[in-house]
Amino acid sequence: MLKTTGIAALGLALMASASYAADIKIGYVTTLTTPAAVLGNDMKDAVNLAVEHLDGKMAGKSVEIIFEDDGFKPEIGKQKTDKLVQQDDVPIVAGYIWSNVLLASAKSVFDAGKFLISSNAGPSQIAGKLCNANFFSTSWQNDQTPMAMGEVLNQQGVKSLYLLGPNYAAGKNMMTGVERTFKGEIKGKDLTKWPSQLDFSAELAKAKASGAEAIFVFYPGKAGGAFIKQYQQAGLKGELDLYSVFTVDAISLPKLQAAKLEGVLGSRLTQQWDPTLDNEANKKFVSSFREKYKRYPSFYAAQAYDTINLIASGVEAVGGDMSKTDELRAAMAKADYPSVRGKYTYGKNHMPIQNFYLREVVADDDGNWTTKVVKTVYENHVDPYVGECPLAK
Amino acid sequence: MSTLFFIQFLNGLQLGVLLFLLAAGLTLVFGIMDFVNLAHGSLYMVGAFFCATLTFWTGSFVWAVLLAIPLTALVGLALEMGVIRHLYQRDHLDHVLATFGFILIADTLVHLIWGPEGIAIPLPEYLQGQVQILPGVIFPTFRLVIISCGLLVAFGLYWLIGRTRLGMLIRAGASNRTMVSALGIDIKTLFTAVFALGAVLAGLAGMLIAPITEATIGMGNDIIITAFVVIIVGGIGSMKGAFIGALIIGLIDTLGRSFLDDILKIFIPVNAAETAGPAISSMLIYLIMAGVLAFRPQGLFPPKVR
Repeated sequence: MLKTTGIAALGLALMASASYAADIKIGYVTTLTTPAAVLGNDMKDAVNLAVEHLDGKMAGKSVEIIFEDDGFKPEIGKQKTDKLVQQDDVPIVAGYIWSNVLLASAKSVFDAGKFLISSNAGPSQIAGKLCNANFFSTSWQNDQTPMAMGEVLNQQGVKSLYLLGPNYAAGKNMMTGVERTFKGEIKGKDLTKWPSQLDFSAELAKAKASGAEAIFVFYPGKAGGAFIKQYQQAGLKGELDLYSVFTVDAISLPKLQAAKLEGVLGSRLTQQWDPTLDNEANKKFVSSFREKYKRYPSFYAAQAYDTINLIASGVEAVGGDMSKTDELRAAMAKADYPSVRGKYTYGKNHMPIQNFYLREVVADDDGNWTTKVVKTVYENHVDPYVGECPLAK
Repeated sequence: MSTLFFIQFLNGLQLGVLLFLLAAGLTLVFGIMDFVNLAHGSLYMVGAFFCATLTFWTGSFVWAVLLAIPLTALVGLALEMGVIRHLYQRDHLDHVLATFGFILIADTLVHLIWGPEGIAIPLPEYLQGQVQILPGVIFPTFRLVIISCGLLVAFGLYWLIGRTRLGMLIRAGASNRTMVSALGIDIKTLFTAVFALGAVLAGLAGMLIAPITEATIGMGNDIIITAFVVIIVGGIGSMKGAFIGALIIGLIDTLGRSFLDDILKIFIPVNAAETAGPAISSMLIYLIMAGVLAFRPQGLFPPKVR
């Protein structure tokens, strides 16, 4: 009996000391090993930059970010989320690149009554049937970016399309997204094994044989670079025009430039953000990121930077008292912070209602490959699943 | 349709010869030394990274490959003499544990040296383009280079194993190891040479695929599983089995990815076919393996008598 009490007391003491180590603790789950670590590191750098810009404080209290590595696997992501929720007892878990990792982890956070802020993943389920008041996104719902691309394809007069993407939650959402808005004919589609398949020779041959005018692809991370190379090696430029989402980014461009794959210059993609967007927050973010890390930030970094600032706006509103969850939620739902994409609002499912832009790959004044905005495709676009979300009824 | 089939056949052949390069080393090491080398895929990755760095240093992909081959052989030698040699007497579980550990070490070392982002290898202009093989059949030049390299190596190995003294020892070792050493052959040196040969073949495969997919951490871990499928289908320890097995697996995988959903659409509704197609085609090679294990567990072309 004495022993049990002793252990309990020790446990309490440990818990107490843990919660006093820093005033505001935030868990951040991203990918820090495997080749996808390059995305996770970009986000980690942006999170650290955001904390630095806040002088390490929210509402006058010190901030500690606990980074965890999901190893690019749903089951590990869930384990790390459980650890953050139970052991570290953080009030907010953020991050998540991959839709399948987010879907595996979300329940642990919601069941514990904590907040989950997605810096990237936006699976349809979490926007619709599985929506939760404690969820916020600083990215997008998966369907939105390809929907914007479908619109662009219509405007360009593209009549037929072939779809290609990886076989997991996000890949399916991306295809559904472009199919929602594209008015021409879908000549065929392929879902490839994820994440192990990196050779798309068979799929490219099929796409070419289908007689489609253009190909739409979604290949995030290293698969994106591989796809672009094979597309160029197959000599499909001019024959099967390339339109992509989340495939060409600030992480793949320097590598493609080093390998002199000039075919990617001029290719077009849709996104809610671009380094050239003209607002104060974005200028400060892009210039200080480039100064500190000597490279362009990717959209992953931009969304991670926004995540910390969204949290800061909520923490400021409750004066640093994280037990006031209702006030914290209400404050964050206003999206009242200087987002690098410009002002946006939240829908009932806490997915952003925001603009989507058409971007083009160009060389900047110093010859570095980057992107610029061509035009606005959607203004204040609402994701298509909000109607299925019980919170919206 | 027939041109598409021909192109997909070439794509399958390209995957097949690549798998052969990996499976050849795996089957040699497994068949002769009775050693399970999970880290074979790490040598594939190491070859790719050496080649990537050397391409940027020398400015030429071809020079990079020529220099990276002896470097990969050195890594193979060091690995065999430093670690593997001491494990031959242990059982398979110890092999698996040790080489699995080596995979983790290799992945972390590559992460430390080259960073997590991977390297895209630039190809020279004359390899970057496409060639017209037949009217309407246009194929990337570099993939043809891979096919030719693979077939050349296959021929070289056929000659080495069938026509040379070293090959005779290798064959003898695969059939009856104890007898070979009883006859006074320096089995230790033979094992080291065979391991280094396997390392070079795996490294070469990595060098050939890297300009297509990039040199990335863990690139070997995905393909090594397929290479194991190849040697199980072909018959462990048999070079002929590795070659034919690799071509079978390469073709089935590629043709499955290309035509399975269209074939399924004949029998089941389009939506169901689109869901089932990718799922079944990614399982296809394992179904083949299961079939071989059930009806011919020694593989299609097992080495003769033990």
